[in-house]
Amino acid sequence: MTDELPRTDAAADAAGDARPAAGEPLLRIEGVAKTFGTFRAVDGVSLDIKAGEFFALLGPSGCGKTTLLRMLAGFEAPDEGRILLGGKDIAQALPHKRPINMMFQNYALFPHLTVRDNVAFGLRRAGMARADIATRVAEMVALVKLDGLEKRKPDQLSGGQRQRVALARALARRPQLLLLDEPLAALDKKLRENTQGELMELQRRLGMTFIIVTHDQEEAMTMASRIGVMNAGRLAQVAGPRELYEAPRSRWIAEFVGDINLFDAESKLRDGHRLVIGTRDAGTLVVAEPRQPVGESRFSVAIRPEKIKLSRRGPVREAGHETAINRLDGVIADICYLGGTTTYKVKLDTGGMVQASVANSARLDVDAYSLNQQIVAWFTPDDCVVLPS
Amino acid sequence: MRKVSRLSRFNIASLALGLAFLYLPILILVIYSFNASRLVTVWGGWSLRWYHEFFGDRAMIEASWMSLRVAVASATIATLIGTLAAVALARGERFRGRTLFSGMLYAPLVMPEVITGLSLLLLFVALNAERGFWTVTIAHTTLTMCFVAVVVQSRLGSLDRSLEEAAMDLGCAPVRAFLSVTLPLIAPAIVAGWMLAFTLSLDDLVIASFTTGPGSATLPIRIYSEVRLGVKPEINAICTLVIALIAVVIVIASLASKLSSSQGESAAPL
Repeated sequence: MTDELPRTDAAADAAGDARPAAGEPLLRIEGVAKTFGTFRAVDGVSLDIKAGEFFALLGPSGCGKTTLLRMLAGFEAPDEGRILLGGKDIAQALPHKRPINMMFQNYALFPHLTVRDNVAFGLRRAGMARADIATRVAEMVALVKLDGLEKRKPDQLSGGQRQRVALARALARRPQLLLLDEPLAALDKKLRENTQGELMELQRRLGMTFIIVTHDQEEAMTMASRIGVMNAGRLAQVAGPRELYEAPRSRWIAEFVGDINLFDAESKLRDGHRLVIGTRDAGTLVVAEPRQPVGESRFSVAIRPEKIKLSRRGPVREAGHETAINRLDGVIADICYLGGTTTYKVKLDTGGMVQASVANSARLDVDAYSLNQQIVAWFTPDDCVVLPS
Repeated sequence: MRKVSRLSRFNIASLALGLAFLYLPILILVIYSFNASRLVTVWGGWSLRWYHEFFGDRAMIEASWMSLRVAVASATIATLIGTLAAVALARGERFRGRTLFSGMLYAPLVMPEVITGLSLLLLFVALNAERGFWTVTIAHTTLTMCFVAVVVQSRLGSLDRSLEEAAMDLGCAPVRAFLSVTLPLIAPAIVAGWMLAFTLSLDDLVIASFTTGPGSATLPIRIYSEVRLGVKPEINAICTLVIALIAVVIVIASLASKLSSSQGESAAPL
């Protein structure tokens, strides 16, 4: 047991054998599956994580993201597939044999131990020398800004402080990979935002690889450099935040990440590098040709609310755009003021409903639209995404 | 809050009556244990004469010693087995026959003592075991083990499973994780379980009288047989000592379980 941690430490210092060569992924998940009874919680997931990445597993509850994380930590053994860390298959290794640490959702701090002993727990198990433990604990406590609280027990700490202790405890062993299971779910909004920034800062400074599990898409987009969206045990899409939002691969992802307007397509016509699509709810729409050609299957046209502009008379003409602007006439049916933005629901003359999000860029907005006002909603072909249904 | 703490006359009266009904006989017994008179019902002034008498009574002292040994031995064995059973029920995977196992474990809780005693007597006779210290100890262990299991299992149930996982994540093998995290957290419940088993064994008359043999009477058996010949004031003295011992044990047990539950609050998820 004692030889586990020093290897991890040495690897960090001297680029030992456990560290992958440049370009090789640190962690490779190959066709991993896990079934509980008849429920297939994780269904053939394959994923590469590079060293130094901040990766987020995003999905609704019950999508299998936590089960996948628990398999990485070693609390569940996969039924199928391999988990390679630095080229070595660890799928069946017990948790204490892995150079991976986890920060638990409820923090799982040991209530009978002080902050110092909680942080030192993993170091003692690794057989580290007494003096080294003291140094490392002091370093960790300073890192998460808990100086002066070393002698407190977990029940004498606030929620935010407990979260920091859990983080320090998980980081103390200098794992090759840190797993974070909904680390900010128990914090209130303001504290959560601050902590997001601190976590990112920490990750960058330590150059460590983080995998975070969250159901909060904003949290995933803010912190992670890459996001894996999971649905029903499968990885639906792996992409950077921007690509995920602007180029979702399916209708389900588009609806899960942010708000979106969707119109079911009924017919399509090719017009140069554009598609002219007939929809039931929004009439005829001109969209840019999708990267992946749409076959004969059913599909829909998707557009984010903030891409839709509103005006009283008609599209504001911009050079080069006027020929192919999508124009939808309707009346304002609902107004939702959110501070920074206002969301208008527009009832279209063609029968559909469209949501438009407008930035409140002036404090005194004399031009604000009112309920039942006749309005024109418009957007360009490039703002639309074509998605298979 | 003021309203709650204010009691009406009726409340005070019924409370006093109830408490008097429960504790007045015991209080009288304690007072009369210091009676100087030979007659149990006549007050003859304060004296420690009957305590002195008790400590000179070889048979009584032997019975007390026997009871204490049985109580300590059976409580210790029951705590060991009961804790293991509780861990198996609270932590084990859903093994086959789990429901049957927990049903059988808790059966002695509701089983009439006469039946437990009689069935054990038949067993010991069938095995041709010499009845004495060990047969009583085994009988008391079967009686008290389920109480320990109940106390420890409820504590384990309130304990967050991820604590043990965190310990494993930080480098503990599964057994080590149990010893270094779970055991310290359930220790107060184990102590409380031991105390409970101890007092149950100490004051058991029925099962002990079925399973004991000649020459190894426990204290309750001894007292019972003495009383049949007439109550001596010495009995009052013995009973007072037993009450004192049990009171001390109960106070320690409740302190232990209080400590246990206050730690439990901090162990709970946020």
